[in-house]
Amino acid sequence: MFALVDCNNFYASCERVFKPELNGKPIVVLSNNDGNVIARSKEAKALGVEMTAPLFKIKSFLEKNHIHIFSSNYALYGDLSERVMNTLAEFVPRIEVYSIDEAFLDFSGFIYKDLATLNQQIRQSVKQNVGIPVSIGVAPTKTLAKIANHVAKQQFPEKGVFVANDAQTIEQMLQVFPVDRVWGIGRNHTKFLQKRGIESAWQLAQASDSFVQKNMTVIGLRTVKELRGESCLQMEDVTPPRKGIITSRSFAKTTDDLNLLKEYIATYASRAAEKLRLQNSCTTLVHVSLRTNRFNRNAPQYSKSCSIQLPTGSNDSSEVVRYAHRALEKIYLPNYQYKKAQVSLTGLIPKQEVQNDLFSYKAPQEQEKQEKLMQMLDKVNTKLGRDKVKLAALGSDKWKSHAQYMSPRYTTRWEDILKVKV
Amino acid sequence: MFPILKVKAGFPSPAEPYLENPLDLNEKLIQNRSATFFVEVDGDSMEGDAIFHQDLLIVDRSLTPQNNQIVVAVLDNNFTIKRFHKEKNQIQLLAGNPNFKAIQISPEMDFYIWGVVTYVIHKVR
Repeated sequence: MFALVDCNNFYASCERVFKPELNGKPIVVLSNNDGNVIARSKEAKALGVEMTAPLFKIKSFLEKNHIHIFSSNYALYGDLSERVMNTLAEFVPRIEVYSIDEAFLDFSGFIYKDLATLNQQIRQSVKQNVGIPVSIGVAPTKTLAKIANHVAKQQFPEKGVFVANDAQTIEQMLQVFPVDRVWGIGRNHTKFLQKRGIESAWQLAQASDSFVQKNMTVIGLRTVKELRGESCLQMEDVTPPRKGIITSRSFAKTTDDLNLLKEYIATYASRAAEKLRLQNSCTTLVHVSLRTNRFNRNAPQYSKSCSIQLPTGSNDSSEVVRYAHRALEKIYLPNYQYKKAQVSLTGLIPKQEVQNDLFSYKAPQEQEKQEKLMQMLDKVNTKLGRDKVKLAALGSDKWKSHAQYMSPRYTTRWEDILKVKV
Repeated sequence: MFPILKVKAGFPSPAEPYLENPLDLNEKLIQNRSATFFVEVDGDSMEGDAIFHQDLLIVDRSLTPQNNQIVVAVLDNNFTIKRFHKEKNQIQLLAGNPNFKAIQISPEMDFYIWGVVTYVIHKVR
């Protein structure tokens, strides 16, 4: 048996932990730079706030309806997420963190336990320890657990737990579950299935193996088998090393200034390099792209990207920034108002596999010195807060991102901890 | 910035085989990391319980309060710090300062315990 634990309206719930007056009040959370709505509380959904709605379009609606607005506070969400996951891990030997607010639990070997009661305890424990409400779906396969989780959320919000472990319960659950919401069924397959009269997850589960395999490949067949209760998807408790790291941001204000763009690119590139160092890998391909504001139809439009192959793998901020700057200079044209830039590092290889090539050879002492410098940089920045120490190319803070509605970072900054009047 | 490198030279330390980790306050003061939060005190109503303005509190949310423990509670949507007292299912929140009256918790009040205070860190000025 598997469980899918999903935090209810996670970002909004995080804000409520430290602001009890927001319980039961509508909340929206905005994307980076306060651009669009990326999360809504139940109450905000009920008022009709759309996902991804741009703030400038709905701001007056939000104000009129007393909807509380927050900039995304990832330092807080990330920390509370970790607390939730650690609490879950106390109950089961195997947990797969599926996203910032979802995790699969593996209950194989728990046959003598009453899973409904146990999951009730888990839910209670997360709520008490971290203050985050969760819903839990329990079923024989991961795909069914996802659906059971929907049932828990929709039909049993008070109990918050739904266990589907007998044939009859599973059939009833699948009969009313639309096929397009089944985990792993994409838009194309949905269209195809609906054309053939397959509307519910139950109908899909009844389709013949040959029909499914022919039209939806073996991956589709795996989903169908999972719907029938045959477990095909195992726990993935080890996160595979990332294939690439992307840092991209829209600027608070458009710009045509090459020097300013260089600062942006340097920041993204060094942040990406920092992530590389964290996972102990190196990049071999630096990719930079740049574009104007697509939504401003009156302004001239331009977008271009450029990739540069590195002579050898690197995760050194100054080196990655240098290549990123070279790429930027190749694509930059004056007289355009740029809105967004992206740096992506791909062709990642483990650090141990990096070989020095003949032409960019660095003396071992120099290499070691550079590595020490990077370690020091990362250490100081974790201690003092981000970017207290940085490469000179990163520039000053004059273009800092908009985060007008940011709540305090209660759990990661001493100056931000909760203050209680007594 | 110049990284300081420790260079090993000379005689090996006789303490080498006996090296242990230095004392770590986290280990001493925090039992349940995922449930522990830090809170700063603002005000003087708890001075009788030796909790002063600007003290740092370590709060463990995983604990259920026992009689006379100090708690962080939420009362009608406001945070407060008080001594928890329960008798015959009647909850009282007591201040540590005679100038403040005890608060009787009645069923119609919106009340919950946010966490139990386990340590007070007071800067000796």
